[in-house]
Amino acid sequence: MAFETVIGIEVHAQLKTNTKLFCGCSVQFGDRANANVCPVCLGMPGALPVLNRRAVEFAIMAGIALDCDIRPVSVFSRKNYFYPDLPKGYQISQFDQPICLGGHIDIVVDGVPKRIGITRIHMEEDAGKLVHQGSDTIAGATHSHVDLNRACTPLIEIVSEPDIRTAQEAKLYVEALRQRLVYLGVCDGNMEEGSLRADINISIRPVGSATFGTRTEVKNVNSFRSIERAVHSEVARQTQLITAGERVVQQTRQYDDATQSTRPLRDKEESHDYRYFPEPDLYPLVLKPELIQGIRETLPELPEAKAARYRDAGLSDFEIDVVLTEPTTSRYLDETIAAGAVPKEAAKWIVGELNSALKDLKLSFSESQLTPAGLAQLLGLIQSGKLSGKMAKEVLAECVRTGKSPDAVVAASGATQMSDTSELTAIIDRILDANLDVVEKVKGGKTNSADFLIGQVMKETRGRAKPDLVRPLILDCISRR
Amino acid sequence: MSAYFGSAVELGIQFRNRTRRVVDVVSQLWAHHDRVEPSVKSYISTLKDASLEKATALDVQFDQGNDLPLLAGIPMAIKDNIHVLGTPTTCASQILKGFMPPFNATVSDRLLGQQAIVTGKTNLDEFAMGSSTENSSFHTSLNPWDTSRVPGGSSGGSAAAVASGQVVLSLGSDTGGSIRQPAAFCGVVGFKPTYGRVSRYGLVAFASSLDQIGPFTRTVEDAALVMESISGGDLHDATSSFMPVPAYYSQLKPRISGLKIGVPRELFGSEIDPGVKAKVVEALDLLKANGATWEEIDMTSLKAAVSTYYIIAPAEASANLSRFDGVRYGYRDQDADNLRDMFRKSRGTGFGPEVKRRIIIGTHVLSSGYYDAYYTKAQKLRSLIVADFAAAFQKYDVIMTPTTPSTAFSVSGYRDNPLAMYLADIATIPVNMAGLPAISVPCGLDNGLPVGLQIIGPAFSEQLILDVAAGYQGVFNFPTLMQSPMMRGN
Repeated sequence: MAFETVIGIEVHAQLKTNTKLFCGCSVQFGDRANANVCPVCLGMPGALPVLNRRAVEFAIMAGIALDCDIRPVSVFSRKNYFYPDLPKGYQISQFDQPICLGGHIDIVVDGVPKRIGITRIHMEEDAGKLVHQGSDTIAGATHSHVDLNRACTPLIEIVSEPDIRTAQEAKLYVEALRQRLVYLGVCDGNMEEGSLRADINISIRPVGSATFGTRTEVKNVNSFRSIERAVHSEVARQTQLITAGERVVQQTRQYDDATQSTRPLRDKEESHDYRYFPEPDLYPLVLKPELIQGIRETLPELPEAKAARYRDAGLSDFEIDVVLTEPTTSRYLDETIAAGAVPKEAAKWIVGELNSALKDLKLSFSESQLTPAGLAQLLGLIQSGKLSGKMAKEVLAECVRTGKSPDAVVAASGATQMSDTSELTAIIDRILDANLDVVEKVKGGKTNSADFLIGQVMKETRGRAKPDLVRPLILDCISRR
Repeated sequence: MSAYFGSAVELGIQFRNRTRRVVDVVSQLWAHHDRVEPSVKSYISTLKDASLEKATALDVQFDQGNDLPLLAGIPMAIKDNIHVLGTPTTCASQILKGFMPPFNATVSDRLLGQQAIVTGKTNLDEFAMGSSTENSSFHTSLNPWDTSRVPGGSSGGSAAAVASGQVVLSLGSDTGGSIRQPAAFCGVVGFKPTYGRVSRYGLVAFASSLDQIGPFTRTVEDAALVMESISGGDLHDATSSFMPVPAYYSQLKPRISGLKIGVPRELFGSEIDPGVKAKVVEALDLLKANGATWEEIDMTSLKAAVSTYYIIAPAEASANLSRFDGVRYGYRDQDADNLRDMFRKSRGTGFGPEVKRRIIIGTHVLSSGYYDAYYTKAQKLRSLIVADFAAAFQKYDVIMTPTTPSTAFSVSGYRDNPLAMYLADIATIPVNMAGLPAISVPCGLDNGLPVGLQIIGPAFSEQLILDVAAGYQGVFNFPTLMQSPMMRGN
């Protein structure tokens, strides 16, 4: 029997605010345990949550960028359960009235566009972290340490429709989502640090069936590669079960990247009754249309719009892909263009030379010592014939290393390209005089021997002679002898 | 010289003209405390030394003629579910025994900013759940009018401290009547503000959508003075209101003439003791004799208020009390074998029976399959109560009721019948459900025990009900007529 895979994905994205969702504590990753806590995020008695306005704006931005309906009224609820990493004994989360409903994102699967529906986006606070001693799990541990730095960090949960059919689509969906959130500046997209986490709901059904099979939810998928692997392994597991006449049990499963397999975390029967009810410490979140409109109007340009603009400017698909990988790269390109560079040329240098020069120094585009204006200057020097491509590469390398402007580097070395024919002619005459035997060969019809003379000229000028000028000039000089 | 039993306003004048010294007043009150506290047991912890030090420092300032806030030097007690930095907050619970709060409640900040002198933290029913202080895990406070009786609750310690002459005023919290009911039982003024008028930051939450902090005082002027100091928006409490705070005290204008008073029939029938009802009718007729009118009105939704309350309040409480899990602070059972066991034993031992009862009720009404039948329905009824009050205020300036259906009951009177005790709040609960402001003022004695008159106004009409209460105080001088035996030197 042939099976079809049905996948829906819940992505938790940490919002890039400076402070937590309900208090003023820093959300800095990697600080000493419990350095960023206060009475509110510690769940001290008497402390109350106050909603972070920036987090709401970020959630709205994400909603707009995913074509969602931004709800004029949304409600925070309490999700009740006991765990040591949950200081209040409940998580404040949006439940039946989330901030965004409906929406979609388009992906391209092997050249074919496909639309993935977004069911909803809701806001919630993250929990803290437990560090178990003597075991990897709380069950075997002698004791556990609680670190609440992450507690109360703002998250949005983006829930997709069950529109995804393959592991590849799943990966493309999360990639597209990540790219969009990163472009908006609402999430740093760092999956390793947990800024972006995907829970994947997977079921299979016979091809042509209209009803869904029993699904499992796979957690702990924290890289793009593991998304594909987790889907493959879980689909294989389910297929094997059904083919063998057994049933898939609805449960939450943990993905283990080391073994590339999933194992059960908890069954549905063990699932909590979270007893959601509206959070009485926060009034319903009422968004004025002017606020939403204001955010809509100031939304940064999204990757798809950028891609279209770059395509119109003549960039190749490869260049577009590379430039769009990180917002800092495309911002660099845009600023270089704004400084007067030809887009196509700028892209060529950014994707090629500058990219590899920065990689060597382990720097991002935002950290580049060669500024976009500097790159535009460099491209101008090439265009005006003052620098050869080869010279420009050396100038670029020095600019990236030292932070000097191309003009300054060129001025210091005196190394502009020689395109002045009279100056070049003088040098050529000198070289011809010193190599009369070769001149004779050329005169005798062995024009290939001119290559030797060209090499001598380039050597004499330390590469500054403009190559496409040198050959005709040499031939011209010889013919005049 | 005997202890000071007057108002904060008069005391402030005497501090300024130096006819009284702060340190004398405070030390006399501690001497009085030593006499009466053993039979009243209003405090959980006291701040005798700190209060005397502060008093001495303030006298220096008064001597220099410095311009100090009106509450400067006024001795006041604070209910032990409101944080005061440097003193434990117990909520009268074993689970929080010894807990030191890491911050001041906003009200504490504001009162300390006014240079008030905090004398200690007062007893309450555990986590403010109860009507008698019998649910305190430490001790039961007793009524200064008759120590065989309860002072009411949950803010019974705060009411008893003022009524026994130990402090000039105090703070309580009111979720279903926890300020007004003990005020009525103890014969003092108790004020419950509009929901959102006073910040809840630093008040250990019982039912977040109902809780409000308010004062116990001997006079209406003092209530106005405290309200002026503690009201106003707070960036730490998202439910607090930033509406401007009127100068309740300086603008206080006694008002009776022309006042239209509605009295809900649902709180004026057989559920009210005849002796209590008689005193309230006397008060209403006295107001009428001074130019007001009163008549009975129908507010049918009020009948459902208590049952509605005992769904919504426990539901919120069940979540609010989840943080007491033994992980970060408070009591932790040391013999637990695993995590689940630690939660279960810490909470099982740390919480008292009434708190556990309400957590179980709250957990049940929020459970999947029961939520709609209980919680959703209760929210609908709550809207009906809000609508009933709104309709009544179309026709009447204020609503008046007996604050409680009876006078103070005997200790252990309801030991085996918690439901019967729940009905002690029948007249106060609807006000919290609608988020309205209300005051309880003493209106006479029934068999030697105080009766309270409750005055309810529209949302944010604090000034109006203070004006009306001041009007009533003008024609029935309860501060002098109704001093407890403990303030008469008995």
